Amino acid sequence: MRRIVRAFPTLLRIGFAEAVAYRAEFVIWMLTTTMPLVMLALWTAVAREGPFGRFTQADFVAYYLAALIVRTLSSSWVVWEMNQEIRMGTLSLRLVRPMHPFVSYTASHLAAIPLRGAVALPIAVILLLTVGNHVASDPVVIALLPLVVLSAWILAFVAGTAMGSLGMLMERSIAVWEIWMGLFAVMSGYLVPLELMPRWLATAAEWLPFRYLLGFPVEAIIGMADRAAVLRGLGIQWLMIGAATLISAAVWRAGLRRFEAYGA
Amino acid sequence: MPDIELRSLTKHYRVHKREPGMGAALRSLFRRKYETVRAVEELSFTIEPGERVGFLGPNGAGKTTTLKVLAGLLHPTSGEVRVVGHVPQRREAAFLKQITLVMGQKQQLLWDLPPAETFALNRAIYEVPKKQFDETMGELYELLGLAPLVGKPARQLSLGERMKCELAAALLHRPRILFLDEPTIGLDVSMQASMREFIRSYNERWGATVLLTSHYMVDVTALCPRVVVIDHGKLLYDGDLSSLVRRVNPDKLISLKLSRPVGRDDVARFGDIVEHTEAVAKLRVSSDKVRDVVSGVLAALPIADLTVEDPPLEDVMRQLFATKADETKVERAG
Repeated sequence: MRRIVRAFPTLLRIGFAEAVAYRAEFVIWMLTTTMPLVMLALWTAVAREGPFGRFTQADFVAYYLAALIVRTLSSSWVVWEMNQEIRMGTLSLRLVRPMHPFVSYTASHLAAIPLRGAVALPIAVILLLTVGNHVASDPVVIALLPLVVLSAWILAFVAGTAMGSLGMLMERSIAVWEIWMGLFAVMSGYLVPLELMPRWLATAAEWLPFRYLLGFPVEAIIGMADRAAVLRGLGIQWLMIGAATLISAAVWRAGLRRFEAYGA
Repeated sequence: MPDIELRSLTKHYRVHKREPGMGAALRSLFRRKYETVRAVEELSFTIEPGERVGFLGPNGAGKTTTLKVLAGLLHPTSGEVRVVGHVPQRREAAFLKQITLVMGQKQQLLWDLPPAETFALNRAIYEVPKKQFDETMGELYELLGLAPLVGKPARQLSLGERMKCELAAALLHRPRILFLDEPTIGLDVSMQASMREFIRSYNERWGATVLLTSHYMVDVTALCPRVVVIDHGKLLYDGDLSSLVRRVNPDKLISLKLSRPVGRDDVARFGDIVEHTEAVAKLRVSSDKVRDVVSGVLAALPIADLTVEDPPLEDVMRQLFATKADETKVERAG
């Protein structure tokens, strides 16, 4: 643990240098996250005649701009990275180093946060300038927002490492990731706010991790979740992180056993 | 105590087998066929500290599998392995800090960053003290001529330049054991030579133990006084190179410098022609006939100079594996 603490600043610095080296690809990747804008156009048109549920046009604007911010700050590409390294056999080079590969992955992903912030900041400014009265006003909720978004990132990252580790057990673990992303689109509130979904679907979403990756942080940002709901959501986020960590560790161990048996 | 010790190392694994074609693809959805690959069979040898050992064998002989077991990446099916007193498969930090694995076809350099960043990363991961890092890098810069390379992104370096940086990255924690899997693959002749020179000087400077696989026999002849030869995962030979050549007793090469041109037929009656020009002829002759052939050509041909050489190691290996294959056929027939 001491070694990790000592090495981490260097890992972060180099991770940041890598993020900067990939800045063009990074910005393009971020700009392709346009689905919230498409949904924004669609739902504001629907709400032109009057509110839809409790969503006015301004609420939809606030919701999808917040969704764009949360997605920009909290998505994770670790599953792609791990899959590539497992398939190419370069994971071996990480395994012969005296540091767990997850530490390096964590550092390189954390190091990209300033760049993600640079993309998210203008969106936040637009959000405040256009529908500034539709964001959270409770100071406690506002203070908790960074933690809520960070927790969403941690959950996405840990779930990504679990699916990435599957690459050691099956030939195309990316297929599992694609299923995950399909469910995410529907069950997280990414396409449609969960409270506008059929009741049974919204109830099911309460018990699945997807809502805590996007819908919940978005509701917290736009003030649709009160202080108690934010604290409850944060607690569930950390329960989910705990469960995802256990699953990820188990899949990694099983994957590694197979990797050590068959190689790559 | 040996640095590397293998006792009856065996590594088998099951692989999915499928015939080509759509039908086979569909069938494999429901019923998968597997076959067991016997990559390494009861392999035993030891390597003392500071030795440079060539690890040879044809493709698929089990060399890389063995190296991966030694580096802790693969678990043995059975048998015992110790490297610097550690069981590699446990991958303890104290073990990993003492070894390095260089795979010529895989790279650890950060692709879009200058190699200096990979060096800094490895320094942090291996906890190399600043003073030792500066010292080691100073030596590596000098020996490998790294100075003009370390500031350019790795992707802009040539293959040879990248390989130099790969070696530097792999050695900056001063490992005691070097597992080198085809470290010179794809490099031009002069770059191969400088790599060999560097590996030798690292071994001499730090007393490191080197286990090297290479398909370039010149790497092995130049670097490794001892060779371990395996085929189909089994040990074929373990000993010094010259004894291997004697044991295989291969054909010799007789090189003739001619004082005037002679006809091809006049040369061919003494052995198999490898090369024939107006000034030079080279013959391959079975080793028990060398004496007769030498006296014959001296008497019959206008010879300005004559040398008898062992064939290149490639030929020795080819002959060794061919002999082994014949023996296997005989064993099976018996």
